[in-house]
Amino acid sequence: MEFLLAITIGVLYAAAFYLLLRRGVVRIILGIALLSQAVNLLIFTAGGLREGGVPFIAEGQTALAATSADPLPQALILTAIVISFGVLAFTLAMVHRADQATGTDDVDDLKGTDQT
Amino acid sequence: MNALTLAILTPLVTAVLCLFSLRSLTLQRFFGVAGMAVLLGVALRLMAEVGDGTIEVVRFGNWPAPFGIVLVADLLAGIMVLVSAIIGLAVAIYSIADVDARRVRFGYYAFLHFMMFGVCGAFLTGDIFNLFVWFEVMLISSFVLMSLGGEKPQMEGAVKYVTLNLISSSFFLAACGILYGQTGTLNMADLALTAREMRPELLTMTAMLFLVAFGLKAAIFPLFFWLPASYHTPPVAVSAIFAGLLTKVGVYALVRVFTLIFTEDVLFTHGLLLVLAGFTMVTGVLGAMVQFDFRRLLSFHIISQIGYMVLGLALFTPLAIAGTVFYLFHHIVVKANLFLISGITARYGGSFDLKKLGGFYAATPLLALLFFIPAMSLGGIPPLSGFFAKFAVVKAGLAGDTMFGGWATVLAVVALAVGLLTLFSMTKIWAEVFWKPAPEGHAPHPGNVPPAERFLLLAPVAALAALTLAIGFFPQYFFDFAARSAEQLLQPEIYINAVLGGTN
Repeated sequence: MEFLLAITIGVLYAAAFYLLLRRGVVRIILGIALLSQAVNLLIFTAGGLREGGVPFIAEGQTALAATSADPLPQALILTAIVISFGVLAFTLAMVHRADQATGTDDVDDLKGTDQT
Repeated sequence: MNALTLAILTPLVTAVLCLFSLRSLTLQRFFGVAGMAVLLGVALRLMAEVGDGTIEVVRFGNWPAPFGIVLVADLLAGIMVLVSAIIGLAVAIYSIADVDARRVRFGYYAFLHFMMFGVCGAFLTGDIFNLFVWFEVMLISSFVLMSLGGEKPQMEGAVKYVTLNLISSSFFLAACGILYGQTGTLNMADLALTAREMRPELLTMTAMLFLVAFGLKAAIFPLFFWLPASYHTPPVAVSAIFAGLLTKVGVYALVRVFTLIFTEDVLFTHGLLLVLAGFTMVTGVLGAMVQFDFRRLLSFHIISQIGYMVLGLALFTPLAIAGTVFYLFHHIVVKANLFLISGITARYGGSFDLKKLGGFYAATPLLALLFFIPAMSLGGIPPLSGFFAKFAVVKAGLAGDTMFGGWATVLAVVALAVGLLTLFSMTKIWAEVFWKPAPEGHAPHPGNVPPAERFLLLAPVAALAALTLAIGFFPQYFFDFAARSAEQLLQPEIYINAVLGGTN
C-alpha cells in the first residue's frame, strides 16, 4: 500500500510541477491545487498506514487500541484542506482581477514592473 | 490574562472591530492606530515579563505538552513581538495619510491587523504545525494587502508573490508531515528531544525541506525572486510593513528550527546556510546597484541584509547569534523607515524613479536628515545601529572559534565588502534624490501635501529615526538583550524544560 501511495504522490508532484512551470496563469493555479493534494497524501503516508481500526476509543476502554490508525495526521490533513481551499478561492479571484487589470493570462507578459 | 495571550488577541480583536466599522473611515483609522498602540503596550509588558530570561508557556485547553498546543515566549519571541508592534504602530499612523479611502473601505486596517495576528502568533507558538497555520494567517492577509486596490502593477506583483509563497507553504506542510512521521510529535521542544535520537541523515533531509520553506519566505539565495518583483507595487505603507516584518518572520523561523531542532549535523546544515548567506549578501547588493526605482533598490537591499542575519545563524557561536538577533531588530526598524521615506519623496516629487527626483536637500532639509540616519545606519556607519549589528556578525566571523575555520573569515570579508557596496547604494540615493538639482519639471513640492498629512507622514519616520539613533548611541543596552537571547537559543535545554515542565 505504501508503495502504491508513494507512486501516486510522485505522479501528483510531477504533474503539479509541470503545471506550475507552464505560462498560463490558470494552469499554475491547477498546479497549486494538485500540489496541495500531493502534500496531503504525503502527510497521510508519512504518518504511518495501519490497516483496520478507526481511531475511536472503544466502550469500556480508556485508551486507543494498538491497531487503530493515528488520528493526528488526519487532523493535520483536515486543517490543510481547509486552508488550501480558502487560499485557492482567493487565488482564483485574484487571477480573475489580474486578468482584468493586465489583459493577459500569460506570466511572460507580466513584466511591466520588472523594467528598471 | 497574561501578556502572551493578549499579544495574539489584541490584533484579532482590533481586526474584528475594524470589520464592524467598515463604513466609517474615521472609526477604522482610530481602531487601526489604537489597536497597534495597545499591542505596543502589551508587547512592552511581555518584554518586561520575559526580559529577565524566564520563558513563559501557555497551554491551550490546559492539555499538558507535548499533547496540546503550547504558546511559548522566550526572549527572542518577546523582542520580535515588541519590534513588530513598534513598526505596526508607525505604519498604522503613516497609513492615515498614505492609504486612500477606497482601500480603507475595502478593509485595509482589518487585514493589517489580521496580518499582525499571524505575525505575533508565528513568533509565539511552540508547535511546528501551529507555526504553519500562523504562517498561513499572515500570508493570506498579506496576499489581500498586496492586491488590495487591484492596480495593474499590483496585480502583476501579486501573482508572483502569491504563487511562490504558496509553493513555499506546501514545502513547509510536507516537511511537517514527514517530521511527524519520523518523530511522532509536533511540539518543538519535544521535537528537539526526539531529534537527538534520530538517524542524522534522515533529520538532515527534513531540515533541507524546512530550509527551502523558510528560505523562500526569508528570501535567501536562490529563492528570493518574488521579493523584488512584488514589494514595490502596493501602497508605500504596505511595502514598508512587508519589507520590515515579513521576511524577518522567515528568518525567525530559520533561527528557531536551526537552533532548537536541527542541531545534529551542524557542519552540513549550518555550512550550507553559510554558503547561502554569502550568495544572498552578494546577489542582493549587486542587484541593487543597477536599480533606479527607489523601492526596487531598497527591495534588493532587504535580500542582501537577510544574508547577514543568516550568516550570524550559520556561524553558530554565541556572539554570532547575538549579532543575528541584534540585526533582526535593527533591520526591521531601519528598512521599514527607508520605505516610509521613499513614500514621502514620491508624494513630494511625484515619482519613485531616482532619475526624476532631485533637489530634496534644498526643498526639505528635515526630510534629508531623516533619510540620512537610517540610510547611513543601513550602510553600517558608526555610531548608528547598523554598525553594531554588522560589527557583531563580522567579529564573530573573524573570531576563529567557529566550526568553519578559514571559511568564516572569508565570509566576514565578504560581509565587509557588501557593507561597502550597501553604502555606495545609499549614497547613490542620497546623490540622486537629495543632492542633485531637481530635473526639469520635477521639482519637489512639499506644499502639495496638506500640513496635517505631512505631519502624519513625518512623525512615524522621525520616531523610527530616533529609535535608530537610540540603538546606535546605547548599543550596550540593546546588545545585552540580544546576547542573553542568544544564550537562551544556544541552550535548548532551557526551552525544553520550560515547555515540557522538566519531566524529561
